[in-house]
Amino acid sequence: MADATRAIEAVWRIESARLVAGLARMVQDVGLAEDLAQDALVAALEKWPADGVPDNPGAWLMATAKNRAIDRMRRESNFQSKQEEIARETGALFALERSNFEAAADEEIGDDLLALIFTCCHPLLSREARVALTLRLLGGLTTPEIARAFLASEATIAQRLVRAKKTLREARVPFEAPRGEELDERLPSVLEVVYLVFNEGYAASAGEDWVRRDLCEEALRLGRILAELAPREPEVHGLVALLEIQASRLGARHGPSGEPILLLDQDRGRWDPLLIVRGRRALQRAEELPGPLGPYGLQAAIAACHARAIRPEDTDWVRIAALYDALAQIQPSPIIDLNRAVALGMAFGPEAGLALLDEINDEKALATNHLLPSVRGDLLEKAGRRDEAATEFKRAAEMTANERERELLLGRASRGGGPRST
Amino acid sequence: MRFMMFMYPEIEEKDWGPKVDNVEEVAAMGRYNEELRKAGMLLSLDGLQPPSEGGVVSKVDGKATITDGPFAEAKEVVGGYWLIQARSKEEALEWASRCPAENCKIEVRRVFEMDDFPQEVQDAVEENFGG
Repeated sequence: MADATRAIEAVWRIESARLVAGLARMVQDVGLAEDLAQDALVAALEKWPADGVPDNPGAWLMATAKNRAIDRMRRESNFQSKQEEIARETGALFALERSNFEAAADEEIGDDLLALIFTCCHPLLSREARVALTLRLLGGLTTPEIARAFLASEATIAQRLVRAKKTLREARVPFEAPRGEELDERLPSVLEVVYLVFNEGYAASAGEDWVRRDLCEEALRLGRILAELAPREPEVHGLVALLEIQASRLGARHGPSGEPILLLDQDRGRWDPLLIVRGRRALQRAEELPGPLGPYGLQAAIAACHARAIRPEDTDWVRIAALYDALAQIQPSPIIDLNRAVALGMAFGPEAGLALLDEINDEKALATNHLLPSVRGDLLEKAGRRDEAATEFKRAAEMTANERERELLLGRASRGGGPRST
Repeated sequence: MRFMMFMYPEIEEKDWGPKVDNVEEVAAMGRYNEELRKAGMLLSLDGLQPPSEGGVVSKVDGKATITDGPFAEAKEVVGGYWLIQARSKEEALEWASRCPAENCKIEVRRVFEMDDFPQEVQDAVEENFGG
């Protein structure tokens, strides 16, 4: 029985996004679509353990969901008082009854899925709501799973999901994927959600819950799905490339006791070559499309430079500095400038990096960030200016909230040397 | 988690590989692979040439012997593989059962990840292969 349930859950995870998407197209409401899909799941859990999984479980679930929907609406329409609700549901009922019970064409499924992604990531919703709704409706994760993954309570996530669906319903957000200029405008909010999911998983440590660690794989899966649905969008491939390459380093970024290992100190033999190849291929797809690389594409190109280098000393820092330069132009940020300073220092000597740091010295955003003095200390040390470097390391040590990092920085301050801090 | 799906086609060597008379079957496999790709789960896949295009290396007491086989039965020969990312064993098995190929066996195996090994083993691997 437990095995049967697990098998049904597996089918559910494969089918649920398509099911919800197809239903949402008919009823124009993702919340209602999800309820209907859940009804079908309940029916499957009742029937399949005894009858076995049907040959085409997706079609079975869809037919069941539609039948339940029709029943439910007929029943409820008798009690509904609000005129508007009745009109809405009558429209949905009509769409359901008219719709073909056979499986939709591939292209249609693709359109529905894309519409579902864009609806879940609608700019009306907060970032947290977008993330939760995407994992729920596209990832097929349960509310407790999302709660565990984001270290939040189930009640918080449940409420977030209810509110998000209500917001979409009340704003009468049409269930469709945007086109043309609107697509360009709304794509970043979708990509951001995928990126946030990945980073949440990336931040999880080895001992943590598998649901949390699996977020990286889930984000990759979402990114790859998106790349198949929107193959003409270079930034989608750029994001996939970035995630594949970052994921290739998952096994190398922690030491035996969980301490983080910085990129240049990582054992490159532990980088996953399959993901690197996949990442480089995705980057190539982004590069082959018309137009310059966007922020994700550029970050992927930088990650690819590191992936290409067999040893740290083989890194093409000149190219990395140029890529950071391009990134700073389209997405100016003091953090990018910090990285650019590191790259410049590696490519053209510490003075080049220090010159850029002087330019961004007064950035408010960096005023409390320990990375600024830490990077400056590193560059000063490389330039042989030991005393100045020690002062910077001490300053950085005072600013960091991370105990381990503080020790590292104080060590560098007193030794005037030691392991890299950036 | 990753799973390797090994396909064992129950065919004779002479019938190996895509042919004019099984175009439909090949097209169905293409659609299946596309489904896996669209689901964001396909990491890599390959179809393998017949065993005669390769060989077998047997290692006994430190000595390597190369032979052409033997393979007792056709069904013991791997015809190809998929490497997929799945969220559970059940999901991988469900995908395998959706493969349209007829008369074959598909073995689904979970791939070891570095985290699965004890720390001592991880260290040993690192010493031998690491930078």
